[in-house]
Amino acid sequence: MTKRLRISITVNEKAYSREVEPRLLLSDFLRHDLGLTGTHVGCEHGVCGACTILFDGESARSCLMFAVQADGHKVTTVEGLAKSIDQLHPIQQAFWEAHGLQCGYCTPGILMTLVPFLEQNPDPSEDEIRHALSGNLCRCTGYQHIVDAVKLAAEKMR
Amino acid sequence: MKPAPFEYHVPDSIEEVLTFLQNYGDEAKLLAGGQSLVPAMNFRVVQPSVLIDLNRVKELDYLREDDQCLRIGAMVRERTLEFDPFVAKWSPLLKEAMPHVAHPQIRNRGTLGGSLANADPAAELPVIMLALGARLKARSASAERWVEARDFFSGMFTTDLAQGEMLVEIELPAVEDRTGWSFLEVAPRAGDYALMGVAALVTLYENKICKQARLVYLNAGDGPMEAKEAAQLLEGEALNNELIDSVAALASKKEITPFGNIHASAEYQHHLAKVLTKKALKIAGKRAGEENLQ
Repeated sequence: MTKRLRISITVNEKAYSREVEPRLLLSDFLRHDLGLTGTHVGCEHGVCGACTILFDGESARSCLMFAVQADGHKVTTVEGLAKSIDQLHPIQQAFWEAHGLQCGYCTPGILMTLVPFLEQNPDPSEDEIRHALSGNLCRCTGYQHIVDAVKLAAEKMR
Repeated sequence: MKPAPFEYHVPDSIEEVLTFLQNYGDEAKLLAGGQSLVPAMNFRVVQPSVLIDLNRVKELDYLREDDQCLRIGAMVRERTLEFDPFVAKWSPLLKEAMPHVAHPQIRNRGTLGGSLANADPAAELPVIMLALGARLKARSASAERWVEARDFFSGMFTTDLAQGEMLVEIELPAVEDRTGWSFLEVAPRAGDYALMGVAALVTLYENKICKQARLVYLNAGDGPMEAKEAAQLLEGEALNNELIDSVAALASKKEITPFGNIHASAEYQHHLAKVLTKKALKIAGKRAGEENLQ
């Protein structure tokens, strides 16, 4: 086993310090070392988007980064979205109301993709929404309710 | 689906990177954005024993105008190229191609230097560099040199970089007046690898005769494929639909060698190249100032 390295990382505004093997993927670090299992792992080669997180505020695939690379950086996962159990993030609320999911496996990745997208595009067209979602695969819904949910979320956030 | 163990180094200067490269030789891999390397490591197709992370080398992350060219540090993110006003001003072709480079989540991490050094024949950025006549700067512990983009890509996932060398800068020359551009591709899903794609540049004289044209294709051979003979048919001529048809026929038939894959036969890729070339040349021609194209 290669030498373990100590990293300090802020996840959902909470500071963590851990020793990790360099080869540990950020997705596995979040899930197994920190117990934040909301970040899902699908393909592990950057295609499905289930593991999407915010890295210093921008969406990124956590399966395509090593935990050591997050040393000194800020990560937000789906657990960081809702202020409390009674106060969902507007995007989460919209997904609830428009039923923008079926099995829910892809949902955390989709939500994390949408946070910066809707902040940067407060009034997106349907085309822009579908383009923004192109990096997240959903095998249940056919996307229609997801697109409806994004439109509703945009309204709530404006 | 987990990478094999490796030793990790995270230098913060080019000098240190080059020293590591010199010391570790073949055993080491450079980690730029990691959007192609990490999947390959997850599959264990690639198992470097040493990984040198470039993400803290700040001196590789810059965009600046210099007399007659735009200089881009090798670690500039693809997302920066997509939105930076310098890029829009210096190279509308590059800006037009950026949304086709994978997905926003990938472009947030992926870098220009990483994509070029990876030299995937299906990637957009090598094609754009060839079309623009970019020059690439390589450095080793003992020397530095410039390589023309067309000499840099030497085959499938292979570049002209020697052991111990790294790509540090990309230089884009100024685009001449009356130059039109177009980048088009066909992909099964936005952001996926394209079945076929083309970058077209057309420069006209004041009297609208074509001064220079360039056509470069992706996923059309073992590297970015330039159709020189076809592009030359345009030079010295006024652009018209008939001429463009024959250029597209020649380029798509004779000057590319697509392999075909599970999504498209080689024959279909040739067909796509023909259709895309016609469209791209008409768009580029109109943008260069020739209105009589349909």
